[in-house]
Amino acid sequence: MQETIKYWKGYEELEQHPEFVQHAHNEFPEFLPLAEKNEDGGTSRRDFLKLMGFGLGAATLASCEAPVRKAIPWLNKPETVDPTISNFYASTYFTGNEYVAVLVKNRDGRPIKVEGNPMSPVTKGGTSARAQASILSLYDEGRARGPMQGGKAADWKTVDAAIRQQLAAAGGKTVALVTGTIISPTTKKAIAEFAARYPSFRHVMYDANSASALLKANGGVVPGYDFSKADVVVSIGADFLGAWISPVEYSWHWAQKRKLKRENPEMSRLFQFEPLLSLTGANADVRAAVKPSQLPAVAAALYGAVVGGGGGASINKTADSAIARAAEELKGARGRALVVCGTNDLASQTLVADLNRALGAEGATIGAPSYVRQGDDAAMLALIQQMNAGQVGAVLVAGCNPAYDHPQAAEFKAGLGQVGLKVSFADRLDETAKLCDFLTPDAHYLESWNDFEPRRGSLSLSQPVITPLFDTRQFPESLLHWAGNNTSYYDYLRTAWAGINWDQAVHDGVVEGGAGLLTVTAQTNPMSAAAALSAAGQGAGSGTELVIYESVQIGFGGIEANNPWLQELPDPISKNTWENYLAVPRALAKTVGVEQGDYVSVTANGKSITLPVLLQPGMEANTVAVAMGYGRTAAGKVGDNAGANAYPLVSVSDGGLIFGATGVKIAKADKKRTELAQTQTHHTIMDRLVVQESTLSKYRENRNEVTEYEKLATADGPQPPSRVSLWQDYAYNNHHWGMVIDLNSCIGCSACTVACQAENNVAVVGRQEVVNRREMSWLRIDRYYTAVDHEAKDYTTMEDAADQPQVVFQPLMCQHCNHAPCETVCPVLATTHSTEGLNQMTYNRCVGTKYCANNCPYKVRRFNWFSYTDDDRFATANAHMRSDLGRMVLNPDVTVRARGVMEKCSMCVQRIQLGKLDAKKEKRRPKDGEIVTACAQACPTEAILFGDMADPESRITKVLNEQHRERAFHVLEELNVQPNITYLTKIRNGEVMDSIIKKDAGKKQPA
Amino acid sequence: MVSNRFYQLKTINHQLPSTAMHYVSPLRPPLVTGAKTYHDVTHDIARHVENPPNVRWLAALVVSLLFVGIFMYSLYRTLWFGIGEWGLNKTVDWGWDITNFVWWVGIGHAGTLISAVLLLFRQKWRSSINRAAEAMTIFAVICAAMFPVIHMGRPWLALWFLPFQNTYGPLWVNFNSPLLWDVFAISTYFSVSLVFWYLGLIPDFATIRDRATGPIAKYAYAFLSFGWTGSAKHWSRYEYVSLILAGISTPLVLSVHTIVSMDFATSVIPGWHTTIFPPYFVAGAIFSGFAMVLTLMIVTRETFKLKDYITLEHIESMNIIITVTGSIVGVAYITEFFIAWYSQVPAEQYCFINRATGPYWWAYASMMTCNVVSPQLFWFRSLRRNVIFTFILSIFVNIGMWFERFVIIVTSLHRDYLPSSWVMYSPTYVEVGIFVGTMGIFMTLFLLFAKFFPVINMFEVKTILKSSSMPGVFVDEQGYALGHGGSHGNAVPAQHAVGPTAGAGAYHAPDATSH
Repeated sequence: MQETIKYWKGYEELEQHPEFVQHAHNEFPEFLPLAEKNEDGGTSRRDFLKLMGFGLGAATLASCEAPVRKAIPWLNKPETVDPTISNFYASTYFTGNEYVAVLVKNRDGRPIKVEGNPMSPVTKGGTSARAQASILSLYDEGRARGPMQGGKAADWKTVDAAIRQQLAAAGGKTVALVTGTIISPTTKKAIAEFAARYPSFRHVMYDANSASALLKANGGVVPGYDFSKADVVVSIGADFLGAWISPVEYSWHWAQKRKLKRENPEMSRLFQFEPLLSLTGANADVRAAVKPSQLPAVAAALYGAVVGGGGGASINKTADSAIARAAEELKGARGRALVVCGTNDLASQTLVADLNRALGAEGATIGAPSYVRQGDDAAMLALIQQMNAGQVGAVLVAGCNPAYDHPQAAEFKAGLGQVGLKVSFADRLDETAKLCDFLTPDAHYLESWNDFEPRRGSLSLSQPVITPLFDTRQFPESLLHWAGNNTSYYDYLRTAWAGINWDQAVHDGVVEGGAGLLTVTAQTNPMSAAAALSAAGQGAGSGTELVIYESVQIGFGGIEANNPWLQELPDPISKNTWENYLAVPRALAKTVGVEQGDYVSVTANGKSITLPVLLQPGMEANTVAVAMGYGRTAAGKVGDNAGANAYPLVSVSDGGLIFGATGVKIAKADKKRTELAQTQTHHTIMDRLVVQESTLSKYRENRNEVTEYEKLATADGPQPPSRVSLWQDYAYNNHHWGMVIDLNSCIGCSACTVACQAENNVAVVGRQEVVNRREMSWLRIDRYYTAVDHEAKDYTTMEDAADQPQVVFQPLMCQHCNHAPCETVCPVLATTHSTEGLNQMTYNRCVGTKYCANNCPYKVRRFNWFSYTDDDRFATANAHMRSDLGRMVLNPDVTVRARGVMEKCSMCVQRIQLGKLDAKKEKRRPKDGEIVTACAQACPTEAILFGDMADPESRITKVLNEQHRERAFHVLEELNVQPNITYLTKIRNGEVMDSIIKKDAGKKQPA
Repeated sequence: MVSNRFYQLKTINHQLPSTAMHYVSPLRPPLVTGAKTYHDVTHDIARHVENPPNVRWLAALVVSLLFVGIFMYSLYRTLWFGIGEWGLNKTVDWGWDITNFVWWVGIGHAGTLISAVLLLFRQKWRSSINRAAEAMTIFAVICAAMFPVIHMGRPWLALWFLPFQNTYGPLWVNFNSPLLWDVFAISTYFSVSLVFWYLGLIPDFATIRDRATGPIAKYAYAFLSFGWTGSAKHWSRYEYVSLILAGISTPLVLSVHTIVSMDFATSVIPGWHTTIFPPYFVAGAIFSGFAMVLTLMIVTRETFKLKDYITLEHIESMNIIITVTGSIVGVAYITEFFIAWYSQVPAEQYCFINRATGPYWWAYASMMTCNVVSPQLFWFRSLRRNVIFTFILSIFVNIGMWFERFVIIVTSLHRDYLPSSWVMYSPTYVEVGIFVGTMGIFMTLFLLFAKFFPVINMFEVKTILKSSSMPGVFVDEQGYALGHGGSHGNAVPAQHAVGPTAGAGAYHAPDATSH
């Protein structure tokens, strides 16, 4: 056995010292103070270094990390969906307010833009501001995420079971379905099926801006007014271009008679009698301001003058002469004349219906009837009474919000307390839904299958363009479920449409020429003409009167109140945003002792609301006006408390609603003056050559003299500005894009403004920033008040608008100057001229000196003062650039601009590029009309024409050649900036207005 | 030029007869009073650098730093949230920012004018004020240069103003843009002014270095004086360089404000698009610059007891320049109105009517009162020589010139071509904070300068001591001799003064000019 040899490192090991034994198993058995804790418990140097290294590394890494945004690729990509290619699907926008047949642009499976459907015989490819903005409502944060029971989230199974059970328990009591107007035949079929299941069922329709009297006088339908066939139009308080019944349809019709042909120029003439300056009044050739209570008298006087039978009460001088003139012209245009009336007064409507018959309008200027209003005021009022009497067992509310938008909202709310089962189909927990037991949210129209019949025989479809974002179910499907029919609504719809070529219908979105599927109940109690005449002839109300009108932006019922695009869209007339106001004529404000921005309390019918004053020209001298649809309390973060709710002030009389009141009291409220968020605060044109207008007779005389062209004094005598230039012109060898805007067709409806906002990802900045004059819209519509008498005045008096002004609209976007002042002054070449005539912004390069905006004579450049995408102060107003839900609406073709960057109209360069690439793929030139800017596409009157000015065959070139030195002009031509946007002089058919006004002295008050 | 003058001085010294007992009546009032010797000059000026700071200086510094604090807070809000923190809007995109910029640039004009142009014109009275005036220029330009940077939407990209090679392909600056011209004009002006100013400081730093007792001061001033020895070679080079720099600076005096005025003149905006702007802006700049020099010098001469160096002669001379330039500016204002009428351009006419009678009439009225009316009071000699009145009026001119820029920028923009875009503009507290903040920065820098740098150019004052000092003659406030001081008549003071105690130069070099 070998002897064990012992190796040792030191005497400690050899002698096995206790200390050595203790450390023997350590990595470093020698006593190393570095490896472990100090005796005093502090951190050792190594640990310190380790910790510091780790800490520093971790902190650095953490600060490097960018926020993670997840993009989930397709697992199985649908064949038709390509990430960079948009698909368009035909659909239909109808929220009770207005009907628009639309095409929905879909990108990566999400709808991002609404366009008009040009195949629609009703809306002809036009859109309205509200239809354009409806895309944003799909991504509204305020929408309900799913069914709710007692204000708490629930699931459909429970909710369905509970509702079925409670419906069954309703017993003999009425089961009432309260809705807005329903124009869907299949929905009505579903309702009928539901009604069959519950025998005590009643369906009550009401409109938050009622046309009940109109329906009564016309057998339950809206007559199919066709303004395109009318040479003389008389409107008694009907804002048919702005908000009345079906403005998109009417605007297109109307524009057909306003587009001026060079040879044999003809135009319709519009007489407008109204208490406040409406969009239609702004476009009228002859306009007379009358008290709201005098509108029936106008109808009576007109009836008397045309048909006979008295009605000769004097209204006011202007109105009397205008009525006489209108009657004369109506009589001379039988079969080519049309009278419309916007009041909810049965006598006036009866007279107007008779008048139209007498003028031979039926079959000429009145075609197939329209179904877009079916509400019955009396039925709703009766229901509220029944509810309060405890006779109603269940109330189902769909597509309306009676706790907010009914004049008897208080009674309705009280009545709800007596009702056993209350169900709301609202898309959010709105004022009514809050009081209901159940919220069974309806899907957004872009998530729904449905059919529509706006006009007898004209059908259209809506189809889902996205999977429902939330756990919602279409309202008719819910009804079917509760009626015991468990088919899906899609199948139900297919069955109902069995006889129609479905694929074609889905593709086109519209079906024309059918017999019509919808049936409406004629509202009873028509009036005789004689009775109407005597009723309407009664004298006007006394004292200050109030009109409650429907605004162009928000519409009635406040359905779109939570839509920031619409809230920030300036009112076409007052240019105010974000709230409603009391429009007061200047003289009356002086009498009351208030100025613009002062809060007043308006008391009518024993109720009062408080809101700020806006001094509004064009009002009848003793009339004030307020828009409905504002002042909601449960619309969502955007719409809540924007303005005041005017519905309580609506008068209820004789089973009908009158949207106004007499004997109104206005008193200054004890609230600090506010600055109204107007986008335009200077209203007159200051005797400048900015927007040009002339009259039809002058145009007929010599069309070369309707437009004024500035000349510059030179050594060789006066010369056109383009001759006096230091600039070298660009050569446009390929394309030269440009626009022509016909001021004759532009009605100021602002659809283009919202279309631009949607197309180009334009930020919403909120009320305060509009007050700070920093709205971002790339396309604005300037509205100027002009006086009929153009006498030379001093500058101070020029600033005040006339009390009864004429109005002119001018859409203004970047003029894409060929000698652009902005391009020369940018120090970093962030704004440059393209080879195709576009003035283009390179956002990445922009450092934000704002010099370009200063040097822009048109002031169309918009600066990103803040980071609208992540500054908390814009979280509510600009949610669509901030939240994951909202961002789905953004157009991926357009950069979202960063803080500190200038932006402006790009002439939809992304669309131009797309059009060129599409053409290139097919090895051809882009065709004229193939590329359309968002504004031109949205315009319901086709006032904007976009095209290639270098193409001799394009429409724009032809128009420019024709109109050269006639109606074509550039704004601020004297600067010789040579814009690519050309305007056509507005021609009024209003010589008569001059003669009427001349007779009527004292139109202007001292400043 | 300087060397020539020195040469002449020396010649005169040689020519002086030892028996000179006659009295020479001064042709001009003396520029240095109080019978100063070379040593007095060194001592009077350097002692402020050497002594511990007094309470008033400290108090002033604390106040100035408070203003700097306001600036920092306002700047934080501007940079963190964006220039939306200001009151600008879609129509008025420049407001207080560019107003302040032009105002500060204008103030920065007097320094170079005094040091360069007056040097070339041999205006010897400039000697006792040029140092402070140049310092003021530097600080004013620093304040001014901040505005073009922070007024940008994305100031972190300010370097894109420079035509530097980059990796972005063909990206380059736009040489058509007046803003780019500004960058060149102001950076050139700033660099040249700074070099010129520093160059003049070197001999005086050397003097302080030589007198310094503490090690830090010794080291610091030794570093700052770049090893100046006062040798003839140094002086010779100094003279050449300052002559060259004066030559370079002189056109800059005209170019800077000419180019600043082109920011407006080359635009299309009525009220901006005016060919009269370059001369009018230059005159205005000199006007405001001299006013600011007066404001500062009157305070300095009171607090630092330098009345013998900054005399009433200086104040009067500057007041005369203020009257002349103020009148030029006034004529320019009237010419603008005439041209607006004569042009028959409606927008142009409206712009000027609106200036005078529109919503900003008060700004226009302030401008006219302060700039055109008030300097005319200097036609009265008693007012010209009244220090308190001059001080008040210099403040008036500064206010008036600020309003001039405000009037030009804001009243032209707020109502330009299309009435639909007409707006009002008012600043927010952030904008006001930035403006008063730059005043804090300016005052802080000036106070530091006054404490650590010689506020008066010692060696240059010494050069005029013999020719333009009134030895033994006491001078009243009007500059008239009252009688003889001293018992033995009018001995040549220089001969008394020169000696080993007379200052730094004495043991470095025999050259009298280094004192």
